[in-house]
Amino acid sequence: MTNSWTDIKNTDLVIVMGGNAAEAHPCGFKWVTEAKHHRGAKLIVVDPRFTRTASVSDYYAPIRPGTDIVFLMALIRYMMENDKIQWDYVRNYTNASLIVKDEFGWKDGLFTGYDEEKRDYDKSSWDYVIGEDGYAEVDPTLENPRCVWQLLRAHVDAYTPEMVERVCGTPSDRFLKIAEMIGECSSPTKTMTSMYALGWTQHSKGAQNIRGMAMLQLILGNIGVRGGGMNALRGHSNIQGLTDIGLMSNLIPGYLNIPTEKEPSWESYMKSRAFKPLRPNQTSYWQNYPKFMVSFMKAMWGDAATKENDWAYNYLPKLDVPTYDVLRMFELMDQGRCNLYFCQGFNPLLAFPDRGKVTRSLSKLKLLVTMDPLETETARFWENHGEHNPVDSAAIQTEVIQLPSSCFAEDEGSLTNSGRWLQWHWPGAEPPGDAKLDTWIMAQIFLRVRDLYLKEGGVFPDPIVNLTWDYADPNDPTAEELAKEMNGRALEDVTDPADQAKVLAAKGKLVKNFTELRDDGSTSCGCWIYSGCWNEDGNNMARRDNSDPDETGAYANWSWSWPVNRRTLYNRASADLAGNPWDPERPLIWWTGEKWTGYDVPDIAPTAKPDEVGPFIMNQEGVSRLFTRGMMRDGPFPTHMEPFESPMANVFNAKMRGNPVARLFESDVAHLGDSTEFPFVATSYRLTEHFHYWTKHNVVNASLQPEFFVEISEELAAERGITRGGQVRVWSKRGEVWAKALVTKRIKPMICDGKTVHVVGIPLHWGFVGAARKGWGPNSLTPFVGDANIETPEYKAFLVNIEPAVGEAVS
Amino acid sequence: MNIDLSRRSFLKLAGAGVAATSLGAMGFGEAEAAELAHVRDFKLVATTEARNTCPYCSVACGVILYSRKDEQTGKNRIFHIEGDADHPTNRGTLCPKGAALRGFVNAETRLTQPMIRRAGGTAFEPISWDDALNKIARTMKDDRDANFMTLNEVGIPVNRWTTAGFLAASATTNETAWATYKVVRSMGIVGFDNQARV
Repeated sequence: MTNSWTDIKNTDLVIVMGGNAAEAHPCGFKWVTEAKHHRGAKLIVVDPRFTRTASVSDYYAPIRPGTDIVFLMALIRYMMENDKIQWDYVRNYTNASLIVKDEFGWKDGLFTGYDEEKRDYDKSSWDYVIGEDGYAEVDPTLENPRCVWQLLRAHVDAYTPEMVERVCGTPSDRFLKIAEMIGECSSPTKTMTSMYALGWTQHSKGAQNIRGMAMLQLILGNIGVRGGGMNALRGHSNIQGLTDIGLMSNLIPGYLNIPTEKEPSWESYMKSRAFKPLRPNQTSYWQNYPKFMVSFMKAMWGDAATKENDWAYNYLPKLDVPTYDVLRMFELMDQGRCNLYFCQGFNPLLAFPDRGKVTRSLSKLKLLVTMDPLETETARFWENHGEHNPVDSAAIQTEVIQLPSSCFAEDEGSLTNSGRWLQWHWPGAEPPGDAKLDTWIMAQIFLRVRDLYLKEGGVFPDPIVNLTWDYADPNDPTAEELAKEMNGRALEDVTDPADQAKVLAAKGKLVKNFTELRDDGSTSCGCWIYSGCWNEDGNNMARRDNSDPDETGAYANWSWSWPVNRRTLYNRASADLAGNPWDPERPLIWWTGEKWTGYDVPDIAPTAKPDEVGPFIMNQEGVSRLFTRGMMRDGPFPTHMEPFESPMANVFNAKMRGNPVARLFESDVAHLGDSTEFPFVATSYRLTEHFHYWTKHNVVNASLQPEFFVEISEELAAERGITRGGQVRVWSKRGEVWAKALVTKRIKPMICDGKTVHVVGIPLHWGFVGAARKGWGPNSLTPFVGDANIETPEYKAFLVNIEPAVGEAVS
Repeated sequence: MNIDLSRRSFLKLAGAGVAATSLGAMGFGEAEAAELAHVRDFKLVATTEARNTCPYCSVACGVILYSRKDEQTGKNRIFHIEGDADHPTNRGTLCPKGAALRGFVNAETRLTQPMIRRAGGTAFEPISWDDALNKIARTMKDDRDANFMTLNEVGIPVNRWTTAGFLAASATTNETAWATYKVVRSMGIVGFDNQARV
C-alpha cells in the first residue's frame, strides 16, 4: 500500500476492483465503513460476482474476468474527453510532457518491436528523446503529438463505453455512472483510493492491470495524498516483509537485484544502475544503489567482502533467465532437473496451478523437506486419499522429511503489514512437543552443511564457509540479533560528508537509518529499506504509542514503517508547486519557506525547494510515469489482452492468444482449453471464514463453511439442468472436481461480443488433511501460465465446463 | 515477553478492592469473609498476556494471547485470544478467522515431531531431529557438489545451484526471513520464492 489501513478513513471515494476487501480483509475494510459514515465517502465495486463488498457498496458493476485493462483505459479516456484531470498535478508531477521516440507506436494490439518467434519485444523504441544536454526533451504545453500525454490520448481512444460493454460485458450506462463518480475526484480537494488484491495480480497481465489504475490515480492527482493511493491489500501476514527482504528468485533485500549472466563483473552490474537523473535538479535516489549493495554484501560476508574482490560479487549467483520462479521450478522438476525442494510454511500441492502437474513434479524429486506448524497436503502428496488424492504411493520414490515448526503465538519478531508497518510481536507459549523455531531450523541446516564443507571441501564452498554467522549462540540466532543485522551498523566510524570531524555513527554502533550507509565497506546492512527499524534508539518496531495528533490516521509512533517511518509514500505530491497542501482540509506535509514539515516524514529532501525538485524522488525523471519506457515486458502502456483461456478473441487482434510475451512452457500448450470444449469462465476466490488452506485445521472455521461448493447463476443452472444444492462435476483441460452447486443471484450472465458468458466461481480451502471435510479446489483446474513480468499464475480467469453429477441435493 | 501491566491488571486490582470495600461497608461479618475466601480465584490469576498480531491477512490486527502453565506438559498453553483494543487498525475487533485463532494454535493437526516418509512408503515414521537434519545436510551437500554450476557454456562465472529450490513462508517473521535469505543465497540457490509469487 502507498498509504495505510488507518488512512482510508480520509477518502471521498473507494474503488474496490480486483479484490473483495469486506470478505478477505474485514477489519481493514472497517476503515471504508468509517469513511462512508464520517466523511460521506462512496464505495464502488467492480467485480464478476456481487460480493460481500458489493453488498455494502453505493454502486456496483459486473465485469468479465480478465478484462480490467479495457475498463481502466476507458476510464482514462473518459477523464480526458470530459476534462476530469488534475492539470497541475499531471503537468508537474507526471511524465506527461516528456517526448517519446518517433519509432514508438502501437498497432493490432501490439507495440513496436514485437518478435513472434521469441515471444518478446525489442523495447528500444519505448523511450524518451534525449536532448543534447543529456536530459529527456519536454513540451510543457502538452501539445507535441509525441509527448506522453498525446500518445496516451491516442492509445486510449479505442476504449469507448461501447468497447467496455462489448469486451467486459459491463453495461455502458453502468460504466458511465462509475466514470462520472470517479471524475469528481479530479478536484484537488477530492480523492479516491484504490483497494485491490489478487483479483488483479492473478492474470497473465496482472502487473498491467495495476498500472492502469495507477495511471488513472495520477491523472486524478490521487497519489501521495491522504485518503488516496494505490493500495495493494496483501494476503499473508508477512508477504510484504518477505518481498521487502527479497525472498524471491531475482531479488536482493530492499528491491536490489540478483545479477544476470550479462553482468559478470561488479563494474558491469553497476554500469546499468547509475540512475543518472533524466531531468535537471532531480533526486533520482537510486543513485545510492552502491551504498545499499555494498552494505548488503558486508552484512552477508563481512571481512570476506573487500574492495579488492569487488565485495565478493563472485559469491552471488548469476541468472541465465529472468527468474527461477515457482512455475519454472515445477517445470524443471517435471523434466527431472530438480532433485531437492524445501517448503517452509507453503502448501504448493493446493496453492499452485494444475495440481496434476504439481503431483507429477513432486513425484520426481529425490527429497522434499517441509517445515510447517500444521499438516499440509504437500507433505502427504504421496498418500492415497481415494478420489481426493488418487496416487499410487508405491510408485512414488520421493523421500519426504516433515519438520514441525512454531507458529506466530510461539515466536518473537516483526511482521510487515500491507501498510508497511513493521510490528513486533511476543510469544505467548512454547511450541508443542518437539516443534522448533524456524530460525533454529535454518541455523541447523546451515551449520551442518557448513561443517560438511569445512571437513570435506567441495564445490565452491567460499560463500557458505564465509557467511557471517556471529550470533551469540550460532545454533539459535535471536530475533533481536537478526533485526539489528538488517538495520545495519558502522564497521568504521561513519562521518558527515559535509563535516568529516562529525561522527554520525561510531564504529560498532547501529546506524540511525540508511542515510548513514556507505559504499566503501565501512557499513553493513542486511536490508536498506528496513534500516532504522532497530537502531541505537532501540526497537522502533515495538513502539506502542497509539496517539494520533489531529486524527490524521498516521499513528506515527505506533510500530515503525519503512522507509524511515514514512506512513504515506510520495507524500510530497500532497502539496502543490508552492508546497501548500492541495486540500487545506487534509494537509499531510507542507513547505515552511525553508523546509518541509507536517504529519508525516517528508518523502523529499528536507530542504529541497518545492518548485525545483520533483516529488517522485526514486524516479530518474523526478516525476511519476504514465509511460513506463522499457520497464515492463508487455508494454509502456497497458493494452487489452485476453486471458490465455477466453470465450472471445482479442478485438484488436484475433490471432493473439493471452499475453503475447508471457512465458508458456511447451508441455503446457496442449493443456490449454478453448471455448468450444470449455464454454464457461471460471475464477477462484476465498471466503471470509477461511484463510487459504490453514483454517481447515481449525474446527470452528471448518464448521462455519463446511463444504466445497461452486457458485453459478440461476441461468446457468437452468441451462445445464443443475439443481440448487445438487452435485456437479466441473472440469477443465487439466483436471476435474466435484462439488455442491450454490445457485445464486450474485452471479449473472453477461453478454460479451454478442455471446452470453457464464461465470463459475470456485472458492478455495479444501484438501484432504485437517478438521474440514475433504474436498477439491480451483487448482485442480487452473492453467500453468503466469504474468509476463512476474509470473504470478493466471488463477482468476480460465475456462471450464460443468454438468450435473451423481449425488444428493441438499438445500 | 511483553506483559501488559497497564489497563487490564489495573482493572483487576481495582475490581478486587471495590468488592472488599463494599462488603465491609455493608456490615458483613467474619462468616461472610470466610465465605468470600472460598470464592473461585479470578480467572486471570497466573495468566500471562502477550501482545501479538494475527497471522492471517496483512491487516495485521493486534491480538492478546492469554496463556498459563499446562500442568501436564509443563509448558505455557494458550487458552484464549482476543483483539487488542489499543491497536490503531483493528481497535479490538477481529474477523471470523482471527476470532477463532485459538483453534489454530491448539489444532489437533499441529506437528510435534520430525517425520520421514521413505521412498515408495505408505506412511510417515518418526525420525530424530539430529537424523533428519543430518540427512538433509548430506543430501544438500552431495547434490550441490554434483550439480552446482560454476561456469556457464562460455566460461562466465555463474555460481548457481538449480537442482534445489526453496519456498519461503510469508507468515514467518522478518527476522526468520533474513536468516532464511542468508542460508539459501549463500548456497547459490536461485529457485527461491515466497507466497508473493502466487
